[in-house]
Amino acid sequence: MTDAVATRDALRIVGQPVVRHDARDKVVAATAYAADWALPGMLHAAVLRSPYPSARIVRLETKRATAMAGVAVVLTAKDVPRNTLATDVPGQTTAVGPLRATLHVLAEDRVRHQGEPVALVAAETLELARDAVEAIEVEYEVTPGVFTPEAALAPGAPPVHGTGNLLAQWRIARGDVAKALAGANVVVEGEYTTQLVDAAYLEPESGVAWIDSDGVITIRLSTQVIEHFRDVAEVLQVPQNRVRVIGTYLGGGFGGKEDVTVEAYLGLLTLKTGRPVKMVWTRQESLLSRAKRHPYRLRYRTGANAHGEIVAQQIELLADAGAYAYLSALVLLYSTVTAAGPYRVPAVEVDARVAYTNNPPTSAMRGFGAMQTVFAYESQLDRVARALGMDPVAVRRVNALRRGDTLPVGQVIETHVAIPELCERAWAALGPPTAARAPHIKVGRGLACNFQPYGRIVWLHDWASAWVGFEMDGSLVIRCGCPDVGGGQASSLCQIAAEVLGVTLTRISVHVSDSALTPLAGTTTASRQLYMSGNAVLKTARELRAGLLGVAAAMLGGDADDLDMDEDRVVTRDGRTLAIAGLLAECARVGVPRSHLGVYHAPAGEPVDLATGSGKVFPDYTFGAHAAEVEVDTETGLVRVLGYAAAHDVGRAINPQSVEGQIQGGAVQGLGYGLMEEVVVENGINLTTSFATYLIPTAADVPDVRAVVVESGEGLGPFNARGIGEPPIGPPAAAIANAIEAATGARITRLPITAERVARALGLLD
Amino acid sequence: MIARLVLNGRPREVEVRPNQTLLELLRDTLGIFDVKEGCDEGVCGVCTVLLDGRPVSSCLVLAAGLRGRAVVTLRGLERNGGLHPLQEAFVRHGAVQCGFCTPGMLLTTLAFLEREPRPDREAIRAALEGNLCRCTGYTKIVDAVEAYVRGELGHD
Repeated sequence: MTDAVATRDALRIVGQPVVRHDARDKVVAATAYAADWALPGMLHAAVLRSPYPSARIVRLETKRATAMAGVAVVLTAKDVPRNTLATDVPGQTTAVGPLRATLHVLAEDRVRHQGEPVALVAAETLELARDAVEAIEVEYEVTPGVFTPEAALAPGAPPVHGTGNLLAQWRIARGDVAKALAGANVVVEGEYTTQLVDAAYLEPESGVAWIDSDGVITIRLSTQVIEHFRDVAEVLQVPQNRVRVIGTYLGGGFGGKEDVTVEAYLGLLTLKTGRPVKMVWTRQESLLSRAKRHPYRLRYRTGANAHGEIVAQQIELLADAGAYAYLSALVLLYSTVTAAGPYRVPAVEVDARVAYTNNPPTSAMRGFGAMQTVFAYESQLDRVARALGMDPVAVRRVNALRRGDTLPVGQVIETHVAIPELCERAWAALGPPTAARAPHIKVGRGLACNFQPYGRIVWLHDWASAWVGFEMDGSLVIRCGCPDVGGGQASSLCQIAAEVLGVTLTRISVHVSDSALTPLAGTTTASRQLYMSGNAVLKTARELRAGLLGVAAAMLGGDADDLDMDEDRVVTRDGRTLAIAGLLAECARVGVPRSHLGVYHAPAGEPVDLATGSGKVFPDYTFGAHAAEVEVDTETGLVRVLGYAAAHDVGRAINPQSVEGQIQGGAVQGLGYGLMEEVVVENGINLTTSFATYLIPTAADVPDVRAVVVESGEGLGPFNARGIGEPPIGPPAAAIANAIEAATGARITRLPITAERVARALGLLD
Repeated sequence: MIARLVLNGRPREVEVRPNQTLLELLRDTLGIFDVKEGCDEGVCGVCTVLLDGRPVSSCLVLAAGLRGRAVVTLRGLERNGGLHPLQEAFVRHGAVQCGFCTPGMLLTTLAFLEREPRPDREAIRAALEGNLCRCTGYTKIVDAVEAYVRGELGHD
């Protein structure tokens, strides 16, 4: 069986661009998103948030709000059974990270960022709930805050928490960097700045909670992590099996729905009132209060020999965590491990720090720390090539990692590295160069590669489970606790089961993302669901198949290994067939199960000492190369992207159309990061809390993205797939910066690359 | 106050608050969840409906001022219980990922193609500028609209 489906030619459904069942539902709006849900007697909830980035709460009075007609309950910190929420390492793990990250569900005596939740209201209508929020009386005493990581780490800085402001630090030291730099033919120094950005999914955070007829507190919401039911239970101080989280199909996540959003509030309000409660954040609230992507300052010294081979990288990273830790320590770890790029670098020093400030908190977002570094290491490599007169493809070819190479952290690369092929194909996909349409318009091309881990850090001992079973009529049911964020997660599970069990896709029902009724499968984060839940469904389906074919072999005579399942039948080598319904009836008669629960365990390891480079951190990586053609108006600094190609080795494309969609969508998010997006914060105050001020790419801002899908047949996922959710967002900013230098000679080192910054670099502004 | 409208072909009279928007009327009062809410300030296009055939952000329209005008939401596109060919094109060409922008995107596209039945890719992109999508990067949405315009899926 393993061999029979291992080669592409033998695959029937995997590898086909099949129509996704969820797409059919979505074009007729049959999909009930979290906010598309109502229950009889439902209350509406609203949150009171701090207007200040740093203040003491001197007085908090809720009497007037509580007394308002139609207000069911007003809650503050003292009403929360356990006011501490764990915010690190959610999901199906048995170990936690090096730090315990927590925050208060509702602020106690201090607020540490603008938008921090202070009180909750549930009322008969949303209008009443909002009125009651305004009737809560809070007296703040504004306290000094810190608003840059540099200021936060300076001596005498006001501490954001009781301890110092250094949240986490990672170091790598491999080889003799000073000596290698001294002997290098060329040394390039650069300092790069990346900005605060928002996930900006179109569906705001939302959910409805109720106490079900069995007494279980049930929360139906838009989340990437249904396992937060445990964290909610801790907050409510009820047993974990008395909280159920139902995850809806998401209107986008991108990491922003990895941390807890509305679920703890909804759990509290439904527990206190005994009534169903709905909470939907406004866009302003979402942009104001949700954790965002870390801004970084990245300092690089890169040395290369005369052949363009990098001999050393000295790297210093400083990131802004905002007011709470969330996943900052792990985001920084991803940066540290990927800081030298997908290249052979014999000597590497990385010193990475992340600091608390009174800015909006930062946490997971697509790319997760392996993204900011791309802008720096790909800008550096381009400058090395320019200094040596090498072309962008050649410099990457000579430096690319190969199987068997060891990363600075000590991890050996165990799968194929397609960087040279990806560079060539992305570059070629741009086609013939575009001629500049006017003398003041300059056209140029840039290339950028990246590598992004898929699957969780190995010391988290990740696993996923799935249940696959036939109904008596031969239709198939899949149950898997995998949230579907819109990338086709659920649909891919159907393809995998259909491949193994020979079931027509339209005869499969898939139930996902319910902490009570679907076997838990962990988070839809870290590009891990196709890898983890895909493997869980693959393993489960294969084990189920083995049991069923044992019965079929007895019915048909002969060996189970000679049987196949195809088109809802069992087929023998000599062409005889057995209808699946007949086989299932026989299974029922002889007592062989028609369903199976399986568990997939990812390769696990123990924490490594980064500094000494002692081993494996991630299961594997996905590699990519993007090429951009831009035109720059040298009178205004305006940049337009004329052409874009994005190549990734996905191992195996389970659904090529979904893979292309991930690549194109990720690339455009990356272009938004490179060219326009920025959460503007001044002294802790967010000035971009609407889509009129926080700009994301529109259809008219970006060109078509040509997705180049390379299938090396090497990856740890089902049918040798690699994760592709996050990787495509990494390279665009660097590809654009490199193209701008090719066009104009100006090097942009700060994101986003606005017309003003380009104009400044071109000397058009003083 | 009473709002009067013709909703997907059927005349309706509904009690509304003076400050109630069409979006709130559709979702909160009538339970028509095929209209989504994305920003509530007329920027994202998620809540697009057709008002007398023109795409509008329903979050910016006061319900009480409708005075019998025709409102079409996504379910107004249904053809004999089947998909509209543009919906079919979106499905076939992978133009749908999370799907949250999809209802508004479909309605804006149809209204645009009424005015300009044979647009090129650039014109399609310009027409969809007011409907944000955070998942697809737009390429496959433009592919789907082009395929529909070419009549690949039975559209004439």
